[in-house]
Amino acid sequence: MIRIFKMALRNLLRYKRRTILTSILITFGIVLVILFSGLAGSFKTMMIGLITDSNLAQMQIHKKGYVSSIDTMPLNLTLNKKQYKKIEQLLSGHKDVSAWAPRIKLNAMLSNFIDTTNIRLNAISPEKEILVCPDVGSRMTFDKKRDPGILLNPGEVIIPEKLAKGMKIKIGDPIVLVANNQDGSVNGLNFKIAGITQTIMGPQGKEGYMHIKDAQKLLRMDKPEVIEVAVRVHDFNKLQKVYEDLSSKLAGFINNKGKPQFEIHTWEKLSPFSNIAKMIDFMMITMKIIMIAIVLISILNVMMMSVYERVREIGTMAAIGTSPTRIMSLFLSEGLILGLISTIAGNIIGLSGLFILNIYNISIAFGRMDNIVLSPSVNLIELLWVSCIVLLISVFASFQPAYKASKMEPVDALGHV
Amino acid sequence: MALVQIENVSKIYQTGDIEIAALSEINLSIEKSAFVSFVGPSGSGKTTMLNLIGCLDKPTRGKILVDGRQVDSFNRQKKAAFRGDVIGFIFQSFNLFPVLTAFENIEYPLVMIKNEPAKKRKEMILNVLDSVHMLDQKDKFPDQLSGGQKQRVAVARALVTQPKLVLADEPTANLDKKSSINVIRLMRDMKDKFDTTFIFSTHDPRIMEEAEITYTLDDGKLS
Repeated sequence: MIRIFKMALRNLLRYKRRTILTSILITFGIVLVILFSGLAGSFKTMMIGLITDSNLAQMQIHKKGYVSSIDTMPLNLTLNKKQYKKIEQLLSGHKDVSAWAPRIKLNAMLSNFIDTTNIRLNAISPEKEILVCPDVGSRMTFDKKRDPGILLNPGEVIIPEKLAKGMKIKIGDPIVLVANNQDGSVNGLNFKIAGITQTIMGPQGKEGYMHIKDAQKLLRMDKPEVIEVAVRVHDFNKLQKVYEDLSSKLAGFINNKGKPQFEIHTWEKLSPFSNIAKMIDFMMITMKIIMIAIVLISILNVMMMSVYERVREIGTMAAIGTSPTRIMSLFLSEGLILGLISTIAGNIIGLSGLFILNIYNISIAFGRMDNIVLSPSVNLIELLWVSCIVLLISVFASFQPAYKASKMEPVDALGHV
Repeated sequence: MALVQIENVSKIYQTGDIEIAALSEINLSIEKSAFVSFVGPSGSGKTTMLNLIGCLDKPTRGKILVDGRQVDSFNRQKKAAFRGDVIGFIFQSFNLFPVLTAFENIEYPLVMIKNEPAKKRKEMILNVLDSVHMLDQKDKFPDQLSGGQKQRVAVARALVTQPKLVLADEPTANLDKKSSINVIRLMRDMKDKFDTTFIFSTHDPRIMEEAEITYTLDDGKLS
């Protein structure tokens, strides 16, 4: 086999210019896929991380019907203490769930005693919220003296930066929040601005934060109630599996009317970015198809030319007793080596390109988020997958010319001019 | 028993509606260790005769036995294996593989066809290279060799597997006068040294004289 590879390599080097040009073309295709996968993939991963780790959480459980009317933030679709306990019991017994946190979502009027505006608030239990969204604090600005581990204390709110800028509110400023409860009665409480949060895309990206106990007080909840339970899993790759499992278990909780009490959604159902993520996946597949086409056409072309140019040589091989299988393996080896050289070159150049992109810290603006720094990378499995595809296609593209060579009648091939 | 036995062999080529008889009702036998030439003008059927003996082509009619086996009934795979085992080929245009050195060209049938172990291979190649006086040129590629040297390498390649029969189709056609005589004498020496049967075709009268037996073909018939 080594001899066949040696002969195949020398045959490729015999037509240096053609081999180099073909190899450059395939290398270009691989580099394109690696760079695109690195950039688009890292953007996708970063955005999903941002959405799930600092804002939305990986999954959310609500009272049945809440998500369909999520825009109005209804206060009548709450989970009472008994229902929350049921959910807690379910989640605490699930080995793949790492954390969960109760939340209340509400609309309120915010006044700085000069101007008034409306604000969407996410009332959280800070110590639990940090476990569910570990990066929630990373997009917030606090007073320098404050312990960054404490998100919120009762009596404090964190407001979105656009709102803070618009109303000229600074950290430490007093404000008033006024909200209607589910019965329609109005209540107002004084708060202090504890921090300012960056805006991110998505339905909960422009929300402020307050303590859950304050929200229960503001909304005059006699008994503790929550609107949603945010859930985090140990392994993000198992999210769909855990979702399906929890979904089937939650379906077992039936209300008096015989209908399900709860509903559960993954971030994909809750964030519009999931559609962009799907588009990115689609574009990545398209890039791979383009690469496959480049490899297929260029190797098929070069191998066909190689067979047509070496008909007499093939005739000699066959005449002196080389079996058709050996002749075929020689041409398949040529295609494979061409693919292998291009794959190695493509991987080296592609990875070097990613390294350079990382050095230059490429930043982009997306939606209302500015200065998103990309750290493009491609994982080993993706790299192996691309490499294997190129090698397989190289052999596949060589198959027809190799088969043709192996089927040549020596007497005809020797007489070829 | 004759090494090559040809009985009532005809070869007819069909070109559209026209039938061309390249060989007609040939009967002959060639003994082991013979040095035989087929002579005749262009188109007389010399190459067709060698192709049929070498299992490169099938007769339209008749029977061909080489080394006691009826080769015209072999399938593709069997023919290739038989050629590798029993027959060596020398071509008019040398047909050396341009990407292989002289040594590697001779090694080719031992690696690709015979699967001989490396040590034995080297021994066999050096022996045959020495016999064709090409030891000092063994690392050169075909394009670095003269026509005569190329044909010496081709002779060595044909002999390295120790075939019973070597077929050479116009082996001197692309060589000058001196090289032609040298190559044909080399072939005869090799025939004596390796006890191999040589069958070659030529239309060169000086080369014909070197053959022990000469068959003359004219318009597809032995005369």
